[in-house]
Amino acid sequence: MTARTIWRKSLNAVMLSLTGVCALATVSALFVILGFLAWNGGRSIHWTFFTNLPAPTGEVGGGIANAIVGSAKLLLIAACIGIPIGLIGAIYLAEYAGATWAFFIRYAADLMNGVPSIVIGIFAYSVVVVTMHHFSALAGGFALGVMMIPVILRSCEEFLRSVPRSLREGAMALGASKWRTILTVVVPAASGGIITAILLALARVAGETAPLLFTAFGNQFWSSGLNQPTAALPVVIYNYAMSPYEDLHQQAWAAGLVLLGLVLVTNLLTRVVLGRQTAQGR
Amino acid sequence: MKKPLLLVSLCLGIAGFVAAQGGTVQLQAAGATFPAPIYTKWFDAYKKINPKIEVNYQPVGSGGGIRQLIAKTVDFGASDGPMTDEQIGQAGFKILHFPTVLGADVPSYNIPGVNTSLKFTGKALAGIFLGTINKWNDPEITKANPGVKLPGEDIVVVHRSDGSGTTYIWTDFLSKVSPEWKAKTGGPGTSINWPTGLGGAKNDGVAGLIKQTPNSIGYIELTYAIQNKIEFGDVQNSAGNFVKATLASVSEAAAGAAKDMPDDFRVSITNAPGKTAYPISSFTWLLIPAQIQDTGKREIIKGFLNWMLKDGQGYCEGLSYAKLPPPVVAKEAKAISLIK
Amino acid sequence: MGTLSTTAGPARPVSRTQALLNLLRDGDELAHAVTFAFAATILLITILLIYELWINSGLARHKFGFSFFYTSTWDPVFGQFGSLPFIYGTLVTTAVSLTIAVPLGIGAAIFLSELAPPKLSRGLSFIIDLLAAVPSVIYGLLAVFTLVPVMRSEIEPFLKKTLGFLPLFKGPAYGVGFLTAGIVLAVMTVPYIISVSREVLLAVPQDQREASLGLGATRWETTWKVVVSYAGAGIMGSIFLSMARALGETMAVTMVIGNQPKVSASLLSPGYSIASVIANEYAEAAGNLHLSALTELGLVLLLLTLVLNALARILIIMTARKGSGVQG
Repeated sequence: MTARTIWRKSLNAVMLSLTGVCALATVSALFVILGFLAWNGGRSIHWTFFTNLPAPTGEVGGGIANAIVGSAKLLLIAACIGIPIGLIGAIYLAEYAGATWAFFIRYAADLMNGVPSIVIGIFAYSVVVVTMHHFSALAGGFALGVMMIPVILRSCEEFLRSVPRSLREGAMALGASKWRTILTVVVPAASGGIITAILLALARVAGETAPLLFTAFGNQFWSSGLNQPTAALPVVIYNYAMSPYEDLHQQAWAAGLVLLGLVLVTNLLTRVVLGRQTAQGR
Repeated sequence: MKKPLLLVSLCLGIAGFVAAQGGTVQLQAAGATFPAPIYTKWFDAYKKINPKIEVNYQPVGSGGGIRQLIAKTVDFGASDGPMTDEQIGQAGFKILHFPTVLGADVPSYNIPGVNTSLKFTGKALAGIFLGTINKWNDPEITKANPGVKLPGEDIVVVHRSDGSGTTYIWTDFLSKVSPEWKAKTGGPGTSINWPTGLGGAKNDGVAGLIKQTPNSIGYIELTYAIQNKIEFGDVQNSAGNFVKATLASVSEAAAGAAKDMPDDFRVSITNAPGKTAYPISSFTWLLIPAQIQDTGKREIIKGFLNWMLKDGQGYCEGLSYAKLPPPVVAKEAKAISLIK
Repeated sequence: MGTLSTTAGPARPVSRTQALLNLLRDGDELAHAVTFAFAATILLITILLIYELWINSGLARHKFGFSFFYTSTWDPVFGQFGSLPFIYGTLVTTAVSLTIAVPLGIGAAIFLSELAPPKLSRGLSFIIDLLAAVPSVIYGLLAVFTLVPVMRSEIEPFLKKTLGFLPLFKGPAYGVGFLTAGIVLAVMTVPYIISVSREVLLAVPQDQREASLGLGATRWETTWKVVVSYAGAGIMGSIFLSMARALGETMAVTMVIGNQPKVSASLLSPGYSIASVIANEYAEAAGNLHLSALTELGLVLLLLTLVLNALARILIIMTARKGSGVQG
């Protein structure tokens, strides 16, 4: 064996193990994150944390009840904007669109997907907050909804396209018009994927903070209806993390654990369910 | 199918949210973090007395308070830097200033090994924040602190990254005691071009940075320094004495203004005369539109202001703010009738 | 409406209700129109977004023109606004993040596509996808309480001691700054590099590998010289994709970058990024010019991310075509 061969073989072993190290490092990052959150946040989770409103600055004992409800409300509003436009738009792209319109609409959706979330916040501010003359849950929900649209559009279009032609043709052979076919055959067939796409989109925007900074603004109390500013979980985490008060730091950790828990569980469930769905679907 | 049921329950849920808290009125306010501890305490206490009235005060900084008031996205604002005529002009409607409490900006620092109150001259503070004095054992600092062992470390300056009334008060003082500061930065302002340092958002962010960063110095409101147990120093006043910020020294700074308060309540009390006056004191104001269309909101605001001038002042001492001087309270009580 | 009548009789005037019923029964025209309307709102929203940004930045654009891009002063008091520190900060933090994330990401992607058995590869990819789902503010939270103190007390002093002669590592060890922000961004963007690169690498035809091994190359030589270079364009695409994400990251960066609008050669110094200054100053911009300058920054950021996303897509498509085009 020549020296060169020995060199090549050792290089081979070293580089390949390095790649394994890289993979290990990346994968362990997730567990490190979870570990820190569980360790620091778990200590502060108790019943009152979930049921109390925030305390005055400097006092201990506040909670994130209004932030959790606020986030839920924002997601609801976002869903009401994102799902119809995303899903029905996807139906258009998959079933009806001609080449030119499809190109423009897909391009616009990709553009929207690439817009940084803070810029979406500026957009929502100038369109909703300035028009309504106040901060509101609606403005925050609008920003999040706009972010959901491209995500839902692209995934749903793919799922709709993946429904086999035979199903469509069968329905049409039985005399159903195109729209009836879509509504009663195609969409239900793709429903597993569609629900997955929606849930993943919701999980993604649930953690967004930047677009809410000057739309939903924040609230010390319960926010009622659509027109009042509202507290939201990610914004509360941000504010508390940047404050000097130890008690608020504890709350930030706990709130972070709650948020991450919800996001990860949603991701895990939908992927597992989707996996099972596509396996059964054939 | 399950879908209509889902849709119906969704709508009911939305309706439920909308109908919740029937009858409670929620006012929106935003502004200074300088008085945030006492404002949030006040609005919390006020809600306990009047359960149907909520004031959602968001401490976003004085700059934010002024801006959102001008944009009319909040019912009233709060600031420790009084609005300039230009800003009031920009608003297009008349805005009244109502002082609420007296507070102080203190030079807070975190120097490992130094657990006493340092003494700062105006010149020293200006130099530190201009970046011309950049080590802790600089003669300008050590000569005022003969007994203290100061390290030869770099000074980490911490300032506000957002538009801040606390910054206004600080730069107002520095502009009065340092012509170099005034020339370089243009005088008092809520958002200035800082020559050096790290930026933290709100009093909270600055306090947090000071606490975590060794050899740092920043300016925060007195309450934040006390609540977070951060060391803060004495400042040399116009009479040449080094004074610590206390309720007494802050009240003394306001004594002159109490007698000669202008009608619009916009006054600066930094570097005030008085042997034991604390030189970086200030009033802080609620910014209320002179004309409020909504009768309900108008009455709520006027009711709150009256409460604030009487019972509200009782909360000051517990949170390290100084009460308003009695002549100012009397003058304000009359001014409330200007809100129509 | 076009229901073709099969009889050739004279055209009977159709009543309103009959016409409506025909419409509903056929419905396809209506359905086409309705779905088109929803899809078109996407186009409308995008156009509205660009329009709003353009209009609201008008004041600053007219006042400063191109000098906006090379002026460093950001002074709300004097009304002078220049974007250089923010563009610099955004680019520097992105560059730092790429320096860390690219080797790490490609290495991990190679492991997942070439070395790991399929089940392990899928399982690990799944976990890495979960990493991509972690919200930005959570990364920020961790960075502030765990990374920054470590940077301040261990890593930055170490860098100063060993590499302090370089202008890159001068200045006090604040803990916050370009380097810390870059590290956080690296962790946030590495999942994107891995997931796209892994797919691109898997799509390289097996016969390429076999040919190389058949010629006597080691596993590593095959991977590096044949597979990776074959998928080169796609990997570049993944890098551009992660760049685009890094540029727009707001919360995690704002929490650790130091918020000081200065251009500085040292990675240890505090800085500012476009997204961070907008997040900090937008809600309280003192005056219309300030707000307009911030909006112009938003426009710049949007343009940068759009260009990068477009380049990424082109590169990834190029690789996909290459892979499917070559037959054995």
